[in-house]
Amino acid sequence: MKSAGFTTRWLPILLLVPQLSIIAIFFYWPAIYAMQSSFYLQDPFGFGSTFVGLENYSSLLSSSEYMKVTRFTVVFTALVTFFSLALALLLAVKADNVLRGAKTYRTLLMWVYAVAPPVAGFIGVMMFNQSWGPLTELARSIGWDFKLGVNFNDTASAMILVSVWKQVPVNFIFFLSGLQSIPKSVREAALIDNRSSFGRFWDVTFPLLAPTGFFLLIINITYSLFDTFGVIDTMVKGEPGNNPMTLVYKVYVDGFRGNDLGGSSAQSVILMVLVLALTIFQFRLVERRIHYT
Amino acid sequence: MADTTHTSENTVARPRKSIKWGTVFDHTVLILGSLFMLVPILMVLQTVTTPDLETIKNGPGLTIGTELDDNFAKAMFQASGFSGENTGTSMLINSLILGVGFAVGKIVIGMMAAYAIVYFRLRFATFAFWLIFTTLLLPLEVRILPSYEIVQQLGMLNTYSGLIIPLVASATATFFFRQFFRSVPNELVEAARIDGAGPVKFFIDILVPLSQTMIAAMFIIMFVYGWNQYLWPTMITTDEDMYTLVRGIKQITQDLEGTNVPEYGRANMLALIAILPPVLIVIFFQSWFVKGLTESDK
Repeated sequence: MKSAGFTTRWLPILLLVPQLSIIAIFFYWPAIYAMQSSFYLQDPFGFGSTFVGLENYSSLLSSSEYMKVTRFTVVFTALVTFFSLALALLLAVKADNVLRGAKTYRTLLMWVYAVAPPVAGFIGVMMFNQSWGPLTELARSIGWDFKLGVNFNDTASAMILVSVWKQVPVNFIFFLSGLQSIPKSVREAALIDNRSSFGRFWDVTFPLLAPTGFFLLIINITYSLFDTFGVIDTMVKGEPGNNPMTLVYKVYVDGFRGNDLGGSSAQSVILMVLVLALTIFQFRLVERRIHYT
Repeated sequence: MADTTHTSENTVARPRKSIKWGTVFDHTVLILGSLFMLVPILMVLQTVTTPDLETIKNGPGLTIGTELDDNFAKAMFQASGFSGENTGTSMLINSLILGVGFAVGKIVIGMMAAYAIVYFRLRFATFAFWLIFTTLLLPLEVRILPSYEIVQQLGMLNTYSGLIIPLVASATATFFFRQFFRSVPNELVEAARIDGAGPVKFFIDILVPLSQTMIAAMFIIMFVYGWNQYLWPTMITTDEDMYTLVRGIKQITQDLEGTNVPEYGRANMLALIAILPPVLIVIFFQSWFVKGLTESDK
């Protein structure tokens, strides 16, 4: 709060009412409702529900399917995060190096930020079209019979590729702005001390970028967990079947297709705990970052 | 990364000439990266100009076809669902309503709340702050089902308010404006008070004009974010005349399956229409957009 604030009483309350009422109705109510219904078992025909305690949770944790989805989500998140960060870092370092065409490269490398995940998924479906997709043909030319939506591993690889394509621009923007905020004096000092550009990168640039990197790590994990929903939903073409899916997609499938409110809510609560842990971790990093600079 | 060592060895061996090779390598990496980003959209652009039979037979090629206006007409005016109401035109209008409605709602509500928190002596200000900022912790995706049930109980399915308002229930814009207001010098408020300006006058005549760039940056980010929403519109709109372009993309993808002559031209044209407005905005207002994005997270 400002030291020189106004003291009017009714106005701030009036100003806060819209925001507070919206989050009360559309945030706190659903969140509490999810926690509550995770302890109940919904009757499949819609006739009320019975209190079952932690049964929804225990049946989830003992379900081999849920464990399979969890394993896939972990692998998927790790790969998408790693590749989109690595690729973006490489491109940002190069874009920071060049003088000619820097602006053009920046535009060409960041526009995909504005493409919606399901539309990216649609483009992926086109690129991997069974009979004429350019990437299917590329795979075929090295003897890989690529079958999107049929073969589990093929579909998973395509999902990862599309998700990385969609995420590289965000990381690129942050890495580039992080690189550009490194003071000229530091760069020049490094140039004198260390003539190898590779050595300079690891000894000077990389540590200075580390705070941005940590911050992006969390952003990318959150992206892989939640925002890839659209990519997955279009790439499995609405037929989850035997196809790979992430934890968030399973919340949707169980809750909407399977009408299992209790089980789906328990999954939601597990995800809430996961996100809370990630966010607390992120806040602590942000605080550390302030101390750095 | 490994290849960088190669160029640096050159630097040591032959200083003058190798600097040039390093630059060539930098450009090669950047061009390959740009192609990785561009090739998919080039395929969309080519398919959009090509007759469907041609695409089915040969796949996307290197020639530009003549079917652009035909495919455009099909995409904009021909519906695919049962009701015949989800034409490209109606989906485009819905996308615009969602994008603009979401951005405006978020900015107006966020600015008001941030103003109240930063500029007023309020006993429960800290409590309100935490109440609002907790919403940053849980994305909509983890509470979709209960949110759906509540919107259903309120009778807001298939309405614009049901589509927009629940999405506004997070604090990103509030947080952003709070950061910005706190950086505005205190002397401004003091001067305004000495001149006898009340809180409303100060807000409208001084703070809002001062925030113009911030508002613009927020609008761009929020418009793109709203336009690109998928999960919430998928659940909340079941009537085809309420579909947005992004929400409709799944049906468009599914339409291509199981027909003898899939309309690749129309489908890709709809995808292109869904991509273009946010992409053009991001490209044209690049500097605002980058500023808003990188500063809001500090």
